[in-house]
Amino acid sequence: MRAVFFLTALVSVLAVLLISLFLLVNGLPALAKIGPLEFLLGREWSPSDVPPLFGILPMIAGSFYVTATALAVGAPIGLLAAVFLARVCPPALYRLLKPGVNLLAGIPSVVYGYFGMAVLVPHLRGSILSAGILLGVMILPTMTTLAESALRSVPESYYEGSLALGAGHYRSVFRVLIPAARSGMLAAVVLGVGRAVGETMAVIMVAGNQPRLPHSIFQGVRTMTANIVIEMGYAAELHREALIATGVVLFVFILLINLCFSALNRGNT
Amino acid sequence: MKKKRLKNKYPRKYGEILLGAITWAAALLMTAVLLYIIGFIVYRGAPYLKPSLFSPTYNSTNVSLLPALVSTVYMTAFALAVALPLGLGAAIYLAEYARRGHKVVRLIRLATETLAGIPSIIHGLFGMLFFVTYLGWGFSLLAGVCTLAIMILPLIMRASEEALLAAPDSYREGAFALGAGKLRTVFRIVLPAAAPGILAGVILSVGRIVGETAALIYTAGTVAQMPFAEGGPPLIDVFASVRTLSVHMYALTREGLHTNEGFATALTLLAVVMGINAAAAWMAGRVGKNRS
Repeated sequence: MRAVFFLTALVSVLAVLLISLFLLVNGLPALAKIGPLEFLLGREWSPSDVPPLFGILPMIAGSFYVTATALAVGAPIGLLAAVFLARVCPPALYRLLKPGVNLLAGIPSVVYGYFGMAVLVPHLRGSILSAGILLGVMILPTMTTLAESALRSVPESYYEGSLALGAGHYRSVFRVLIPAARSGMLAAVVLGVGRAVGETMAVIMVAGNQPRLPHSIFQGVRTMTANIVIEMGYAAELHREALIATGVVLFVFILLINLCFSALNRGNT
Repeated sequence: MKKKRLKNKYPRKYGEILLGAITWAAALLMTAVLLYIIGFIVYRGAPYLKPSLFSPTYNSTNVSLLPALVSTVYMTAFALAVALPLGLGAAIYLAEYARRGHKVVRLIRLATETLAGIPSIIHGLFGMLFFVTYLGWGFSLLAGVCTLAIMILPLIMRASEEALLAAPDSYREGAFALGAGKLRTVFRIVLPAAAPGILAGVILSVGRIVGETAALIYTAGTVAQMPFAEGGPPLIDVFASVRTLSVHMYALTREGLHTNEGFATALTLLAVVMGINAAAAWMAGRVGKNRS
């Protein structure tokens, strides 16, 4: 029986290996055919041109700008809300707020997308700003939950010591507890980044999806994730392979972000 | 003397008030956003929740969500049927059998962490390349189920392992003392004690599946039909292409004609998710009670 349990435990290893293998085998040929530099740094994505152009720099930039905007919107609110939940919130309110945060995390991304289409797009059109605001809200609960548990793992004696030295409640929280929980809170932000980079459906519905390098945050962009979903339905041959290669690039970015996350988490414990 | 004291006092007080204000503001803002989203979906969706939305077959006049709802139920049940035994087995291995810090154990943990961080679109891409194309299943319920099972595997593993580790060692020692073997101890003593925690993980996974879109579009496809074989309802055609509720909503926006029905569907989906969340909170509450 031990062997059976061991085999089931190996399934996740097998899954990661298969995912990497199939993405690489199907994506790398396109990278070789197009040329890695032309693919990664090419500024034009027009698969229907003759000859077709497959440059994903606009999509990499799109993912970057959207994620940065989402962080600017979500990180301050998410981290402060974590401070509120961990250190300020009265217990009675906590019993209402905590399920609220969980619900925010549980709302499906298509529902967020519908909300964004009806509330943000009429004012801001499909743009980096629309996508950034929506994604900022979507990554709130992830960051809040993680940052809250980081704050709660700081020993109570730190807070008491700060009070004993004459600092007020908020000063103790902001000057003593937050610095002590720094790496955990940073890890929360990094996990938020991972979520934002990988988010697909909600972004498609509000980002405009034009594959070009944007000049301002009021312009539409296409993220790497959006590129895959939008064109995979009708793509064939090299075009299809180029989309899978886009997935490979996204996968590499995500692996790097995960690496940062686990490094930060290790520093925490 | 008095003047000096006031000078020292004020900056500190202002600082306290300012910091307090921004923390409260952030929490209020988050609550407001949540209430606004829910309120907005209810406001836009509720007027269009008509009986025709629940007709047994989908067509472009009734925009029925029932086939998608039924497909979602089957998709969830099958994905759990695949992922739960695997995840539970892995958790039992890690919690009850493995030596901590062993190389293979570290590899398994690394793989699980990586798997948990992979975005759903990558899972979808892999599902399309492996299940749909390489294994030749086509856009099908089965391909969707397998893709989702891989996606929720780390979630179930982590929740189950934590639940198993939370079962006190005295339970195991007691069982051994009464002459029970390792296996009997795990299945008859430790697993029942860990059940609420495992169930909480399962409920979380159900939430993930119900809300999933990107991993399903190119694995299960987007056909709005019930997943039944020709013989009728009890027989399931696992190679039929189906759409879940979330995919259904996305398909509606792409057509662009049925936004109102889309919001009604969003409301239904939101209700399902809230129900799942309430169940998870209830289970988690029971875990807390068991521990104390």
